[in-house]
Amino acid sequence: MQPFETVVVDTDLLILGGGMSACGAAFEAAYWAKKHGIKVTVVDKAAMDRSGAVAMGLSAINEYIGYGKGQNTCEDYVKYVRQDLMGISREDLVYDIARHVDSSVHLFEKWGLPIWKDEKGEYVHEGRWQIMINGESYKVIVAEAAKNALATLGNLDEILYERVFIVEPLMNGDTCVGAVGFSVREPKFYVFKAKATIVCMGGAVHVFRPRSVGEGLGRAWYPPWNCGSSAYFVIKAGGEMTCQEVRFIPVRFKDGYGPVGAWFLLFKSRATNAFGGEYMVERAGELEKWAPYGTGKPIPANLRNWLGMEDIMEGKGPIYMRTEEAIANLAAAYKDDPKAFKRKMKELEAEAWEDFLDMTITQSFLWAATNVKPEEKPSEIAAAEPYFIGSHSGASGAWVCGPEDLMPDEYKEMWKDIGLYNRMSTVKGMFCAGDASGASSHKFSSGSHAEGRIAAKGAIAYILDHNEPPQVDDAKVEELKEKILKPLKVFEEYAPLSSDPEINPNYIMPKMFMFRLQKIMDEYAGGVTAQFTTNKPMLEKALELLQFLKEDSEKLAARDLHELMRAWENVHRMWIAESHVRHILFREETRWPGYYFRADYPDMDEENWKCFVNSVWNPETGEWTLKKVPVVHLPV
Amino acid sequence: MPSYVILEKCDGCKGQDKTACMYICPNDLMVLDKERMKAYNREPELCWECYNCVKICPQQAVDIRSYADFVPLGASVVPLRGSQDIMWTIKFRNGEVKRFKFPIRTTPEGQAQPWPDEWQTGTDDIKSPLLCTEPGSTLASELPTLK
Repeated sequence: MQPFETVVVDTDLLILGGGMSACGAAFEAAYWAKKHGIKVTVVDKAAMDRSGAVAMGLSAINEYIGYGKGQNTCEDYVKYVRQDLMGISREDLVYDIARHVDSSVHLFEKWGLPIWKDEKGEYVHEGRWQIMINGESYKVIVAEAAKNALATLGNLDEILYERVFIVEPLMNGDTCVGAVGFSVREPKFYVFKAKATIVCMGGAVHVFRPRSVGEGLGRAWYPPWNCGSSAYFVIKAGGEMTCQEVRFIPVRFKDGYGPVGAWFLLFKSRATNAFGGEYMVERAGELEKWAPYGTGKPIPANLRNWLGMEDIMEGKGPIYMRTEEAIANLAAAYKDDPKAFKRKMKELEAEAWEDFLDMTITQSFLWAATNVKPEEKPSEIAAAEPYFIGSHSGASGAWVCGPEDLMPDEYKEMWKDIGLYNRMSTVKGMFCAGDASGASSHKFSSGSHAEGRIAAKGAIAYILDHNEPPQVDDAKVEELKEKILKPLKVFEEYAPLSSDPEINPNYIMPKMFMFRLQKIMDEYAGGVTAQFTTNKPMLEKALELLQFLKEDSEKLAARDLHELMRAWENVHRMWIAESHVRHILFREETRWPGYYFRADYPDMDEENWKCFVNSVWNPETGEWTLKKVPVVHLPV
Repeated sequence: MPSYVILEKCDGCKGQDKTACMYICPNDLMVLDKERMKAYNREPELCWECYNCVKICPQQAVDIRSYADFVPLGASVVPLRGSQDIMWTIKFRNGEVKRFKFPIRTTPEGQAQPWPDEWQTGTDDIKSPLLCTEPGSTLASELPTLK
């Protein structure tokens, strides 16, 4: 094996990731770091201009409160998220993001993001909280501001490390003192030593088998490079995780996974089954079963999923988004003026196409390839495979400290020994934001940016109070280096045995490892082919098979740096999978039927399970502990 | 294969150590074959079709042939990204062509000023919940908290 140079980077604040929350963290950190003489380092596995979940762009910003304009209040947003997540959310965190998100959105606009305006100059709302943007370059613009901010601290090349994949946390006892990883471009092993670390490495895709398994494997709704690195990082450090059972299943345009928000909210489209029935109307009675959330407004995303899934299970599919009807309804007001009608139709057509072209280009491709014009013909929608995305209508992530003025006393108690630093996990010196922090759903792109900023200020406050050089055990670093590079060594050692480098009894290649994981999760943990349904024996079977997989992870092989990254990405996926299965198994009820259904506990149990499920993996013993944590509502 | 490189147009970014498509791909898929001086997508089945390689290629040598396992052949979706707008040319399977142009940004490239002058940060206190540029950038006079 070629020698790997060990590169040691000493810093104060380490930001891991490059997406919206990392850009928010970098921007905010630069401001306070300059005042306090703090060194900041950012590590991204890709190129910040187009890394993270917003890499392709977006057609809407889904969290905007407008409290400064008197449109809504942060209290309103807390109530909205409480309702959507069936009562389970950290309302202090949700409130905190809500009060900072408008600032981020206003900054995006100043930085150059085009936001749609109406004739009065106000943002065009898609829904109550959503605003429309021309978002092709959303990420480019937000990354540019972050980089320009970082550049005020010194030479950007010495601050921002791109194409470095972070594998493991660096620990000193119970304190996080940085991270280790490797370059995917050259044989370099990186050791980042830091006084505080912010985890912004996204959620996870490809833990479950996607609907398309050929070339279209990569066409997940959420991007395939998000592999659970955040969750792995926190779990391996012994940090407490929350809501790992609250996966997210989006219903989207089938196969391309084009967004439905603009169609449902802006264009007021209906979804109907193959026989013209509207499941939201015909199955409204089912919502009573999930009261008080099912009978509240707006109807939670998972329950809307559920009603559509019931149609599918009864053989009433496909389900269609009635685009042709929606456009006809919107243009009807102009029907007596042929010129105005034509203009309106043209405008609606452009809006419909832009909605896809800005964020899910494949869906436009699919329309063109199947000769679909949305004004003429409806398009199929379907439930996607499960994802882990704490920023959307899922809730998985780390259990973190909230702001002092909002966090309930019951939660403050948990940080009494460490001190209250906003967005610090239960691991000293480790902060989380975006998809990395849990139980604070509906932050989306804008709220993730705001949360990155919150975490950065919290982390700098922590550094100023604990300004000691990180203690790193060099022997431990060497051990990690050997472990992380091992797949290269395994390949080199055993490959000569077989004429086919992919097939060898001594190792498993990253892709087949991923397929094995996906098969377990799909079939036993409620994936697409199991119609999102599972039970205790199925989950126990999943754990048994995951144990074999975990043992075989020691035999992962990689031919090059790219495959080495794939190997570790899939180990990260395996850990988030195990944590998910354990959480689903622990929660003996069905609370989010449109995300997963426990067939052995088919009802919601408010008395026993209106609580968070939190878990900790003990790095010393390898044991998992799961527990209930009360939901404390804010007085709103 | 989702993104593919047109041999005739690709010049391997003229022998620089990395090509534009390699630089930008969020999933580390694009590679330069240094012998042929042509780039290629090494894992097409892990391509998100985000089009970032297509948009960035200075030679317009990268195109998308959408996922063969569910997209019928014959269509094309081609962007031309400028500094302020993006132009899309969409060719349907039946030959019909549509063009759309959308704005992408309102400021000159590279000029995003992190801290606009009009939004001075209201505190120097590292323990205050106020973030930089706040409260000005919230458009409210003070940061909300529970009453």
